[in-house]
Amino acid sequence: MIEAQNLVKRFRDRKRGTVCAVDHVSFSCRPGEIYGLLGANGAGKTTILRMLATILEPTEGTAIVAGYDVRKDPQKVRSCVGFLSTATALYARLSALEMVEYFGRLHGLDEPTLRRRIDSIFERLEMNDFRDRRCDKLSTGMKQKVSIARTLVHDPSVMIFDEPTVGLDVMAARTIAGFIRECRDCGKTVIFSTHVMSEVEKLCDRIGIIHAGKLMEEGTLPELREKFNLHDLEDIFVKVVEP
Amino acid sequence: MSLRNIGIVYRKELIDSLRDRRTVISMVVVPLLLMPLLTIGIGGVLVKQVGEARQEIPKVMILGGRDSPNVRKQIEQLNQLAVVPEKLDYADEISNKQIRAAVEIPEGFDAKLAAGEPMTVKIYMYEGELKSGFGAERLQKFFRDLRDQTIRQNLQARQLPESLIRPFDIRQQNVAPAEKVGGAILGGLVPYCIILLCLTGAMYPAMDLTAGEKERGTIETILCSPISRTHLVLGKFLMVLTASLATAALSLSSMAVSFGAGKRMLLGITHGAAGTAMQITISGKAVVSIFLMVLPLAVFFSAALLAIALWAKSFKEAQSYISPLMIVVVLPAVAAMLPGVELNTALALVPVLNTSLISKEIITGTYHWKYIALIFASSSIYAAVAMAIAVKLFQREDVLFRT
Repeated sequence: MIEAQNLVKRFRDRKRGTVCAVDHVSFSCRPGEIYGLLGANGAGKTTILRMLATILEPTEGTAIVAGYDVRKDPQKVRSCVGFLSTATALYARLSALEMVEYFGRLHGLDEPTLRRRIDSIFERLEMNDFRDRRCDKLSTGMKQKVSIARTLVHDPSVMIFDEPTVGLDVMAARTIAGFIRECRDCGKTVIFSTHVMSEVEKLCDRIGIIHAGKLMEEGTLPELREKFNLHDLEDIFVKVVEP
Repeated sequence: MSLRNIGIVYRKELIDSLRDRRTVISMVVVPLLLMPLLTIGIGGVLVKQVGEARQEIPKVMILGGRDSPNVRKQIEQLNQLAVVPEKLDYADEISNKQIRAAVEIPEGFDAKLAAGEPMTVKIYMYEGELKSGFGAERLQKFFRDLRDQTIRQNLQARQLPESLIRPFDIRQQNVAPAEKVGGAILGGLVPYCIILLCLTGAMYPAMDLTAGEKERGTIETILCSPISRTHLVLGKFLMVLTASLATAALSLSSMAVSFGAGKRMLLGITHGAAGTAMQITISGKAVVSIFLMVLPLAVFFSAALLAIALWAKSFKEAQSYISPLMIVVVLPAVAAMLPGVELNTALALVPVLNTSLISKEIITGTYHWKYIALIFASSSIYAAVAMAIAVKLFQREDVLFRT
């Protein structure tokens, strides 16, 4: 479960002064649901997700993730969250196996549990052929699988995806999309951000449209279509951000 | 404080760094190869050059002395000198290395020698030029031998003993223990090398583990894990410290081996003349003591470099911050090598300089316990402050996500 409560994030910028990247954003996402944050570049999606993953601390407001407050228990939040984005790169000089082992250990898994989890994930994602190959020698698709394995190794109840398909080819993007659905089907709470309308249409149970750091609209796709009397999500998006 | 988490990060950083060609080169290859190459390479060139210079028969010019055929003939007959005809521009010829030296024979030399009249023989040479030095040395030896021979003949003719003009001999003998002699020669150099190597060994890993992670996008990956940022920075710090100490230890071992080889080489070319100067011994106790004194300094360097490199957005930016730091460290380390710079309470509080000065004392076998305690304490405080800054910076979002 994720409950964002009046999240605010302000940055100090030398040229622009104080910038409000996220402005009193509240929403919730239940287990077994995919919540999509839709917004243009710079809308504040990444900042919201980073606050939920406790990489950044909110300036005001808070969020409850898997029952823990992001302000009070950031480490406990992180142990329940799997975070995947194109910015979360792999350690090039570690092998696929070492990479996943490292994060498993950091999550406090004991060796027998870690072994079991790795065997199961590597089997399911068909990673055994390249388990000992260094990450810098892997194809983009293989790297994506390693990243997925890294986020899954501690079996998190909440999954956060920040534009996970940016820069990926069709096949790699499909792998990610399939993985997101699988997470929902397993009963995980899933939130993901994108600016690709088709991804939202295909994957999301509920959508939040973000613009200039504010949550402008929220609802299921049929609810939004009905409210704006438009069928195409792109038209709805434009209507919301440029009223 | 979870030692397990710090250990996990340290182990990963160690594996990662040892697979990085650049780290291995700066930590292992350079220290192991550079010292032997410098010592044996430079030593080899020196041996070759000195050997060649010795084998060359120097061209010398005799100026004047037409009224002294005896002395002229004796010089011309010397196998180790090639006499060339006299020219007015002998000074230019020496400076241009066309001839190696020239000797000016005073007027009426033969006659004055026989009569026992005082006179001065002038030898012209190119100061600092090896081959000119050899030419002048041979001319000087010839005239010294001639003078001694003349004195002996005069004394014999008057039936006087040789001891009349040489009533006693003077001999200089070292009474200081070998380690003090070694310390006086190497006292400043060894701590300088150790301090500099501690810094250079820490530089690359510090940049790779912070700015490098930012550049490669792995910083966000690691921040997603539940490890606390304090544990993360401590694990990284231990890796940087390992690199710093390993570089210094490997370089010192390599330096010791190379020094042994260089010593044999130098003794060979100087025909044992450098023997006394090369009687250098540094005791095991001194080595352990210096290591203990350098330890807080290595901690200080590692933490400070980590903090500075973390501030940078990219590896390149980190390099531009850290490179000038070399000068900041080299200056006090060099200052300790200057003659007359002695340890006092004020200098014992100056980072780098204090460690360099106390190491110099320790090498000579002198242990000023008051200063040792003061320096160890002050260096530890500086190290703790640098560590606290590094830990603090790892908590700051504006530093971690500086774009």
